[in-house]
Amino acid sequence: MPRGTHTRPVFAGPGRNPPPRRGRAPATSVFSGAVRALLDKRLIFVTGKGGVGKSTVAIALGLLAARRGLRTIVAELASQERVQQTFERKSDSFREVEVGPGLFAISIDPERAMEEYLRIKVGAVGHVLSNSRLFHALAMATPGLRELLSIGKVWELAQFERRSHGASPYDLVVVDAPATGHGVAILRTPRTFADIARVGPIAHQGRTIASTIGDREFTGVVAVATPEEMPVNETLALHESLAREDLELDAVIVNALYPERFDGEEAADLASALAKTRSSLARSALRAALSEHARARRQREQVERLREGLSTPLVELPYMFADQLGRAELKALTDALEAGLALEEPVRS
Amino acid sequence: MSVAELLAGKRVCVCGGSGGVGKTTTSAALALGMAARGAKVAVVTIDPAKRLANALGLAELENEPRRVATNRLADHGLEVRGELWAMMLDPKRTFDELIDRVSADPARAREIKANRVYVELSTAVSGSQEFTAIAKLYDLDQLHEFDLLVLDTPPSRNALEFLNAPGRLSSFLDGRALKAFVRPTNLGVRVLGRSASPVLAGMRRVTGIDLLSDLSSFFQLLGDTTGDFSLRAAEVERMLHADTTAFLLVTSAEREAIEEAIWFHRTLVESGFPFGGVVVNRFHHDLLGDRQPEDLAATLGRTLRPELAARVSANFDDYHVLACRDERNLRRLTEALPARPLVVPHLDDDVHDVDGLVRIHRYLFASASERERLIADVVA
Repeated sequence: MPRGTHTRPVFAGPGRNPPPRRGRAPATSVFSGAVRALLDKRLIFVTGKGGVGKSTVAIALGLLAARRGLRTIVAELASQERVQQTFERKSDSFREVEVGPGLFAISIDPERAMEEYLRIKVGAVGHVLSNSRLFHALAMATPGLRELLSIGKVWELAQFERRSHGASPYDLVVVDAPATGHGVAILRTPRTFADIARVGPIAHQGRTIASTIGDREFTGVVAVATPEEMPVNETLALHESLAREDLELDAVIVNALYPERFDGEEAADLASALAKTRSSLARSALRAALSEHARARRQREQVERLREGLSTPLVELPYMFADQLGRAELKALTDALEAGLALEEPVRS
Repeated sequence: MSVAELLAGKRVCVCGGSGGVGKTTTSAALALGMAARGAKVAVVTIDPAKRLANALGLAELENEPRRVATNRLADHGLEVRGELWAMMLDPKRTFDELIDRVSADPARAREIKANRVYVELSTAVSGSQEFTAIAKLYDLDQLHEFDLLVLDTPPSRNALEFLNAPGRLSSFLDGRALKAFVRPTNLGVRVLGRSASPVLAGMRRVTGIDLLSDLSSFFQLLGDTTGDFSLRAAEVERMLHADTTAFLLVTSAEREAIEEAIWFHRTLVESGFPFGGVVVNRFHHDLLGDRQPEDLAATLGRTLRPELAARVSANFDDYHVLACRDERNLRRLTEALPARPLVVPHLDDDVHDVDGLVRIHRYLFASASERERLIADVVA
């Protein structure tokens, strides 16, 4: 698809449902700043070190987009089916499942993606191939092919015209991508595959997908990090890796940030109170408070590292002091995400 | 119960678990502890923090274990009676070394390493880190130089990836799937472009001649070596299933990590791998216990101004929510697994240096009474 022919969304404004996005009429967005930039894209990859809350942020992003009237799907790559679990649906591999108003979820399994690809691309022979165990073994074992098939399905979901039989287009696809190392590799895969295969349908497909990923109006990349040393290291390194692929981070979501509850002076008061108090309950409470202070302070040192190392907009999400992330917590996170994306402007360098 | 008991009589310890739970630190800490107790230990790390790497003296250029200078640890109150060796895994180099070893001659090894399929295979492809981690572990085991080998595992999205990936790659290298496509003749291998089979025709249409050609030359180059891969694979499997091997699960107290740990355990057991125990990191111990928090603000008010006392009290409520959450998740774990978890509290200070490593190791190796004392230090 040639660049520049992507339509822009028509929005009637917050609180009202926009008309269905099928037409080619040019449009303007009522969003400001970074929200417009990010949510106007059709495809957003969410990546980050394992354990930082990538899936949760991907879901929150999906909820935010759906709340704004965008027909959105959150795609999880291979196994676990966490997204659907969050919405307490029975996990149903590879189907586009509605989990809320305007919000869908899918779990992309490379084997099912391959079956679909063969059905669409190769017709009658495809049927023979997908039933061939030999072909299956080859395909699943060929380095990079699983990743290419997965990302091929992601690409298909984001198209204005779906290739999948009977499927409706989406306004936005949010990809809960694998953890950083694999996350970047999966973005690289289509181009690598195109280079290796050189000619033929797979090479062509690889190039098409690579071009889509490289189109910054179409595709966005968001990194999630907790404000801790290792995730920040990885985010800074991710920034470098993406630059080598001519890609950029559109936003960094700093997740699980402790509130700054006590300042330095108060911490000193707490410490001296701890030395004086004999009540073990009070001691525990004081230790917990000092612990919170220490963590919040260390976290802010890490946020500072991110600010100094990147010119990407940072969005801060608060730590959820909850038994588990239920609907209320998800809503709070979505609200925080919305506020964060609208306010933060990229630093002009 | 201490980790030393879990590892008694073991020669290989594989630390598995999802990303972000502290696997690398745990691997290093338990290796340190076992070395302190007199063993000659090697730890293979995957992606350690820079400061930890510096502390362990891990040079990036080498792909072999290097002895860690442990005399400095005496400053941290730790005397190491044995030896601690450490290395950082380099997947590409490990793969290249493997090719060197199994190739017929250096010229062939060079050709293989230049093949584009191999280049992709040995670098970023999903599974190559897992495969080389296990390959390295096996090589070290064969040396019979260490009393204990500790393997930190790559941060796979899920545990199954770690257990499956090596087998998948082995099968691929074994060429079983491709034997039909690579037909050796007296003149060498023919690319099956002329085959009448619809499967092969379809393959060609889908993947393109060049890819097939690269794949077949890759396998042709491997030639006789593919036999070695399956032999190695079988021996590696035997090592992983041995009763001198222990799979130690590492998790945090967060629900997702716990669920993954439970699933990992089930997968291990179903596949017949020897489960050795579980470590739970970053745990919030219950500070409240049986006590009533009602008069807390008043008690605090004796040493703090009222507004500050109120904030400390409110913070304690939040902490208590976390502690209850962690306790509940821990219970879920203990109900699902036949093992008493080793719990390490959430430490506020950075753990990615020698100090942090020594602190963590104390929790892992503490006896029951020592553990109580250590936790009391953290909680009250």
